[in-house]
Amino acid sequence: MKVGIVTFPGSNCDYDAYAAVKFVIKEEVEFLWHKSDNLLNSDLIILPGGFSYGDYLRAGSIAKFSPIMDKVISFAREGGLVIGICNGFQVLTESGLLPGALIRNKHLRFNCKFVNLRVENNNSPYTNVCEKGDILNIPIAHGEGNYYNFEGDIKKLEDNGQIAFKYCMPDGTFSTEANPNGSVNNIAGITNEDGNVLGMMPHPERAVENILGSTDGIKVFESVKRFLNSKKTAGVN
Amino acid sequence: MNNNHKVVVYVRLKDGVLDPQGVTIRKALGQMGYDEFESVKTGHFFELEVKGDAKNIDSRVKEVCSKLLVNPIIERFEVEKI
Repeated sequence: MKVGIVTFPGSNCDYDAYAAVKFVIKEEVEFLWHKSDNLLNSDLIILPGGFSYGDYLRAGSIAKFSPIMDKVISFAREGGLVIGICNGFQVLTESGLLPGALIRNKHLRFNCKFVNLRVENNNSPYTNVCEKGDILNIPIAHGEGNYYNFEGDIKKLEDNGQIAFKYCMPDGTFSTEANPNGSVNNIAGITNEDGNVLGMMPHPERAVENILGSTDGIKVFESVKRFLNSKKTAGVN
Repeated sequence: MNNNHKVVVYVRLKDGVLDPQGVTIRKALGQMGYDEFESVKTGHFFELEVKGDAKNIDSRVKEVCSKLLVNPIIERFEVEKI
């Protein structure tokens, strides 16, 4: 697997993602500069967390016009795998690759802590090593992660199985207490209809070693690896 | 001759979209004793100076609103020429 990590001016989780892929997952990884128009034949593109373009105007709203994003959008439309983490999720909704919007946290505070995520759909390139209902312990760090969409669109997401993760209590139940930002239906991560684009506010790349407090984030990367390998095997036969 | 035109774009959250800043400001007003302010909604505006032909301004302004200035999922806008 070859992973390309986009660096926008203001990205600050690009090295975390790089280190997770290179030293923990042990796969090939390259940085992709925002002014470049070459995805270097990556199998997976990561839009990392941070404050691209200073989060001016709206988080993620200016990054979508970077030269690299033209390529990322075409790659995603052709079925390529793209993960947007935190600010990357905001870039994906602003680019129209994912539905909805991420607005200011309900309580207005920047929230930085470990949360519990319940896997709602394990039939995606990003969750296939999990069981449905598994609980992952992964940190969040954001001020604008409050997922918003119209009621009808939320229902569509639920019906299509596009909700990958929801914030939950340690026992897997849902409550307002478990919801760190006011997201509709405790939504923490969604995919597009085809399942090849994932946006999530929590940071899987920050939960890949015991010393970091959790290794549950590895499951996202291992799922992608498994998905790509099964695609390769299917292609060979 | 200066044929620049000034346009203001007002951006508001659509009805029904949670406005945590507005809610917090309203609470603060209540704590200060201003109980009559029953709701506060926040928004922002852009002042644009546009050069060129006046007749194209409307469509060009709407274009930049939908492409960049406004997120149509959560926001609505009004244009005022000054």
